[in-house]
Amino acid sequence: MLSDEEITNWPEAETATAAPVIRADHLDLTFQTNDGPVHALKDVSLDIAKGSFVSFIGPSGCGKTTFLRCIAALEHPTGGSLTVNGMTPDEARRARAYGYVFQAAGLYPWRTIGRNIALPLEIMGYSRAEQAERVARVLELVELSGFEKKFPWQLSGGMQQRASIARALAFDADILLMDEPFGALDEIVRDRLNEELLKLWDKTEKTIGFVTHSIPEAVYLSTHIVVMSPRPGRITDVIESPLPKERPLDIRDTPEFIEIAHRVREGLRAGYEE
Amino acid sequence: MAEASDPGTRASAGGWPRWLRLPPVLGMVLALMAIWYVAVVPMNVKEVLTAAERAGVEVSPPSAVDRRDMGNWALVFRNTHALGNSWSSDRPKLPAPHQVLVELYDSTIDEELNGRRGIVRSGTLSNRSLVYHALVTLNATFLGFLIGALLGAGLAVGIVHSRVMDMSVMPWAIVSQTIPIVALAPMIIVVLYSIGVQGLIPKAVISAYLSFFPVVVGMVKGLRSPDAMQMDLMRTYSASTASVLTKLRLPSSIPYLFASLKIAIAASLVGAIVGELPVQKGGLGARMLAGSYYGQTAQIWAALLVAATLAALLVYAIAALERRTLRRMGMMP
Amino acid sequence: MTLVIFAVLLWVLGFGLNVMLANGPARDTGAVRLAVPLIFGLTILGMWELIVRGMQVSTVILPPPSLIAASFAENLSTLWGDFVQTILKGALSGYIFGCGAAFLTALLVDRSDYLRRGLLPLGNFMAALPIVGTAPILVMWFGFGWQSKAAVVVLMVYFPMLVNTVAGLSETTAMQRDLMRTYAATWGQTLWTLRLPAALPFVFNGLKICSTLALIGAIVAEFFGSPTLGLGFRISTSIGQLDLGMVWSAILVSALSGTAFYGLVALAERRMTFWHASHRGGR
Repeated sequence: MLSDEEITNWPEAETATAAPVIRADHLDLTFQTNDGPVHALKDVSLDIAKGSFVSFIGPSGCGKTTFLRCIAALEHPTGGSLTVNGMTPDEARRARAYGYVFQAAGLYPWRTIGRNIALPLEIMGYSRAEQAERVARVLELVELSGFEKKFPWQLSGGMQQRASIARALAFDADILLMDEPFGALDEIVRDRLNEELLKLWDKTEKTIGFVTHSIPEAVYLSTHIVVMSPRPGRITDVIESPLPKERPLDIRDTPEFIEIAHRVREGLRAGYEE
Repeated sequence: MAEASDPGTRASAGGWPRWLRLPPVLGMVLALMAIWYVAVVPMNVKEVLTAAERAGVEVSPPSAVDRRDMGNWALVFRNTHALGNSWSSDRPKLPAPHQVLVELYDSTIDEELNGRRGIVRSGTLSNRSLVYHALVTLNATFLGFLIGALLGAGLAVGIVHSRVMDMSVMPWAIVSQTIPIVALAPMIIVVLYSIGVQGLIPKAVISAYLSFFPVVVGMVKGLRSPDAMQMDLMRTYSASTASVLTKLRLPSSIPYLFASLKIAIAASLVGAIVGELPVQKGGLGARMLAGSYYGQTAQIWAALLVAATLAALLVYAIAALERRTLRRMGMMP
Repeated sequence: MTLVIFAVLLWVLGFGLNVMLANGPARDTGAVRLAVPLIFGLTILGMWELIVRGMQVSTVILPPPSLIAASFAENLSTLWGDFVQTILKGALSGYIFGCGAAFLTALLVDRSDYLRRGLLPLGNFMAALPIVGTAPILVMWFGFGWQSKAAVVVLMVYFPMLVNTVAGLSETTAMQRDLMRTYAATWGQTLWTLRLPAALPFVFNGLKICSTLALIGAIVAEFFGSPTLGLGFRISTSIGQLDLGMVWSAILVSALSGTAFYGLVALAERRMTFWHASHRGGR
């Protein structure tokens, strides 16, 4: 059973394959707070092509998470236009166009890992057999096979976050939105998950939007790095990475990597000094 | 277009026009009052129809015996013309809110100001006034609450510091919260009465007993609330047990103490009221029982209203004290 | 007098044994945790017996435990009748009906922000009131039978249950709600998969509080009028006849049922909220 919310057919989206998957055009978002309006996003324009891995980096308050939440229709922009797969973000949300990974794993403690991953499938009305098949497949993808019957609180933080990524992969959305998914993990676990995430992206060919505040993480993972700065939240630089698609962890010691990291750092500093 | 059907953004006051939007609590209270007024009609319909019949109004069916076996709503719909006195009958099954308020006024302000035994004419509170009865109940409540809370806090300190006390007493304290201790009330009253103790003390004993256990359990939790790091800090100072108690444990227990004091004072009031049931020597409980003996429903409701007000005031007073204390201790903005 | 000395000896012995157990090497084993309170309870019972006999306390003031036990054994069938009348008919039916109604109201209230903001303070207020005072009114309305007791119980449990359930239903984090939004889940799906499970610890807290309230309501309501049956009736009439053994037996029955009732709810809680932080310590 699908949700009672209607899924709008959008014929243009199917024909216009060359068009960017996500397109933001002069996007504005102002929050009304008790201390007056806060300009969370100002004049943000960005195209994200299919299959790219885009990182958003910047200091806190620069609107990187807000922008991701706008794409997911968890926030509503107050100006400009935003399309996801050629639809409005809300229509895309109802068409289950993306999987979302939060800062914390946010697994339900009353469900086993397997049933947590099956949660979106249950809601979207997949049959029992298909649920089981997909759960097994994504568990293998994130290397958690055998932990299906465990409860989340019996697993380490890194394993929980892997399970939450599996949950976002379980239904076939071709966009994956990740909001500082590895922020709470220690460096060693984070390195390994970064490596696995790249492999996963390579295997699934999804379009990924990734929010982080770590420069090495952004450079290591992305095809495009979007540097943002606060007050008002805006894009200051978009860096296209020349690194090859195949990236072992020690690529981080190469001059090219350090060069890009330097450029990102410069961009961040420029945003501050303005 | 998409936003309008969004389930996440619910309008807070629905589609009501602005002049109809009431503050939620006021709206609920008015709705309950309206339900009460409507409910008065079917609840009292039999008595009202009998009275109307006596006054010469034609009612259907005409025989009281037939009416007795009929549903209340059926009678209401067949006799809509004869229901004028529903909200002013003499001995209603359910008095209307204004009747309760009139009874409340008569048995408090009017009785004291104009009654023969009222405070204006005699200099002492009338024993027919609810003010007097409320004070009787309140005395027992306070005394019992003080005894119970002090003993409870004391036992909690003992439990936290002695492993034996903890292991021996704590399970029983927890189990005792699951038994209906109020059932003991009449027995305590009668037993104490038989050895010559009566009046305030027996009721206070029940109140104390009821407020004792919530305070023990809450206070033990509070005294144990400092975390390992805070306790380790005290250990690095090689602080004595007494200074750990006064400098760390007691201050951390204050929020827990107030939470259980609020439960305790409400329980204490219930204990005092129930304790007044077996021996008719004044108090709100005695008034309720007397009202139920003589079919004076308005009197029960008035006593109930006073009891409710007292409970609300007592809990509110503790909450106010809690806010002040926590603010002074810097645990609350 | 010798019996009183025995009592003191028994106390020294029992408490000494407990001190030894509680500070001994096996102090954290389950057996000791069970034994210490049991020894404490038995010591108190023994002292009670010895002191009451030794000082020749009148049975009106305090009957010895042996007399209570004898009276309990003698009147098993009477007490069983009282148990059925008060606990099963009065308390349990009112408990099920009252808690069920409160749960459904909470689901209803939850759909409207206006209702929630209006009913929650009101429910909190009502939950603190001495609702047991409505017993005389309800006995007048519903007669002396168990129905009036059930009605008192319904009123007593309704508001605590309502407040707890409403609080529980709003016990989800912003992130969990956002997750359900990214799935475009309907209200019913969110309720079933997220909010009801998250509310369970609160619901059970309400059920536990209400289990004790239900017994209090059913027993106290009998003081205002009952058929010649029921624990409240037994307590008040036996006091009149100064049959204190019977009074204490009735109190014992209500205490045991209270603990058993609470225990059953707590057991169900353990089974259904095993995942909650307060229960999974040992895993």
